Amino acid sequence: MSEVLVLVDYVNGAVKKPTFELLTIAKRLGTPAAVFIGPADQAATVAEAVKKYGAEKVYAIDDAEIKGYLVAPKAEALQQLAQGKDLAAILLPSSAENKEIAGRLAIKLESGLITDAVDVAEAGGGVTTTQSVFAGNYTVQAKVTKGTPIITVKPNSAAPEESAGAGAVEQVAVTISDGAKTAQIVATQPRQATGRPELTEAAIVVSGGRGTGGNFEPVENLADALGAAVGASRAAVDSGWKPHTFQVGQTGKVVSPQLYVANGISGAIQHRAGMQTSKTIVAVNKDEEAPIFELVDFGVVGDLHAVLPALTQEINQRKG
Amino acid sequence: MNIVVCVKYVPDATGDRRFEGDNTVDRVDVDGLLSELDEYAVEQALQIKEKRADEEIEVTALTVGPEKAVDAVRKALQMGADKAVHVVDDAIAGSDAIGTSLVLAEAIKKANGGTAPDLVVCGLASTDAGMSVVPAMLAERLGLPQVTLAAVVESQGNQVRIKRDTDTATEVIGGTMPLVLSVTDQSGEARYPSFKGIMAAKKKPLETWSLGDLGIDAGQLGLSSAWTAVEETAARPPRTAGEIVKDEDGSGAKALADFLASKKFI
Ligand SMILES: Cc1cc2nc3c(=O)[nH]c(=O)nc-3n(C[C@H](O)[C@H](O)[C@H](O)COP(=O)(O)OP(=O)(O)OC[C@H]3O[C@@H](n4cnc5c(N)ncnc54)[C@H](O)[C@@H]3O)c2cc1C
Ligand SMILES: Nc1ncnc2c1ncn2[C@@H]1O[C@H](COP(=O)(O)O)[C@@H](O)[C@H]1O
Repeated sequence: MSEVLVLVDYVNGAVKKPTFELLTIAKRLGTPAAVFIGPADQAATVAEAVKKYGAEKVYAIDDAEIKGYLVAPKAEALQQLAQGKDLAAILLPSSAENKEIAGRLAIKLESGLITDAVDVAEAGGGVTTTQSVFAGNYTVQAKVTKGTPIITVKPNSAAPEESAGAGAVEQVAVTISDGAKTAQIVATQPRQATGRPELTEAAIVVSGGRGTGGNFEPVENLADALGAAVGASRAAVDSGWKPHTFQVGQTGKVVSPQLYVANGISGAIQHRAGMQTSKTIVAVNKDEEAPIFELVDFGVVGDLHAVLPALTQEINQRKG
Repeated sequence: MNIVVCVKYVPDATGDRRFEGDNTVDRVDVDGLLSELDEYAVEQALQIKEKRADEEIEVTALTVGPEKAVDAVRKALQMGADKAVHVVDDAIAGSDAIGTSLVLAEAIKKANGGTAPDLVVCGLASTDAGMSVVPAMLAERLGLPQVTLAAVVESQGNQVRIKRDTDTATEVIGGTMPLVLSVTDQSGEARYPSFKGIMAAKKKPLETWSLGDLGIDAGQLGLSSAWTAVEETAARPPRTAGEIVKDEDGSGAKALADFLASKKFI
């Protein structure tokens, strides 16, 4: 069976969940092989993690010459790895960076590219993807018709399934051109960990908008009671109440959790674009005419500053 | 210095839901417009020109799209771009990002006399396809560095520095021109065309090019030559109306907790 390359998402010493989701998908298409671009001495740790999800091989590419620059060196490294291999597909977790890597790689390998797939299936020896488009209003099915399908897959697109793989590490040497090292990362300030789940990966997202008036405490307390990630509308971000990384919507994160709780958010089209494929949607808003109520499975017309603390208390009580 | 701004003509996402002043549905001009995310790209290009007023800087707006797409570059001219190029050819219809980036790359070079300009500025994403891949593809095709997703843009001499937020960090990225820059909607509100700008735009050069003008073989483009194919589309079933309750003395919280419990979230 042909190999399926899965680019490993590795942050702060840990393999992130989307990697396991993609390995699970890869198994449907061929033989899963993980690609780890990172410090050579951490390849063994990565192999331990990914072999539990079926990775037969782990191609380890040392990042000494790669980190410190924007996507171009990673695209070159993947091109060199892919060349000469008979691959069923190349899968990358959908992130801004990975989409750019995939874009460059598609041109290098003369292969078709599909971004933000929410499902990937084997179909008659090929690969079919499902995407949610036009602000989540349409679902489309697509396939790559040229070269090796290069697909970026959104988090939560598959439930990770454990399956033993050999996880054999193979160090791969790559040559990075000077031309690829032209956009430099001059400074990086890591974001403070919130201790909450990642917005795009969370099963539950609790968001706040302009209606919070800048006081996110009720939103955060509810999120913690539910084990949820915290999100924000652009109005809340533009007011400086939350950093941009919290923004849900067209120009923020697109989330698709099991449960989305919108608080003090009117439900503008750009916000909907980021959350309307959530499985269950709940809203608290004091305006019964707010468009968000058109989307909800359950809505409360009321002041979030009263409803949320009472709800949090209720939940904590029921949890005992 | 030469700057080319890539602007896309997109269907208006709010069009079919927009209301007139009298609360009737607007059905007059729901078709398309300059992607609002590309207005930010035009704005940053103009700001660079204004901040470096002692240099000779020319801003060219470029769009690839159908007849009507000329509206996108017209708006860019009204905002303050110096000249515009519209690439239109029946053979382009149905192209994917890979095909579009090929046409854009050739047009960018031609607009600058055959080589890459100092700066190519793009938006964060097109609001229809929204792949956020064209800037990286342009950088790949033009052999340029890419400095993408900028929330803050600074330039000095041939250096460009941006600040951006990624999922894990706030980063400062630096590159040497020529390069491809993309900007987000955090980079600063785009200006509205002034009356003067609208009048001036009518006299600015606007060229229309075909694939032939760019020396691109039409067989490389269009739906049948795309490297991807959409096989099926389906409108998402509308959400069924949910239950809405009014909060009275804490009843809302209880009802919501019951709902969440019924769905096994608590
Ligand atoms: C190019 C572009 C991109 C955009 N991208 C995004 C995006 O990615 N994400 C995004 O969210 N927006 C985005 N927007 C902005 C979007 O159009 C809306 O302006 C924004 O979503 C509004 O945020 P909001 O709902 O918090 O504020 P508002 O629309 O002001 O709504 C606040 C709501 O809070 C309610 N409220 C007030 N007080 C209370 C209270 N005490 N208790 C309960 N409810 C209360 C009000 O009834 C109201 O419904 C974008 C806009 C543009 C032009
Ligand atoms: N047809 C087009 N004409 C001009 N610019 C485009 C076109 N398509 C994409 N772009 C540019 O590329 C950016 C990203 O587009 P996309 O990769 O489609 O999300 C846009 O914000 C534009 O700046």
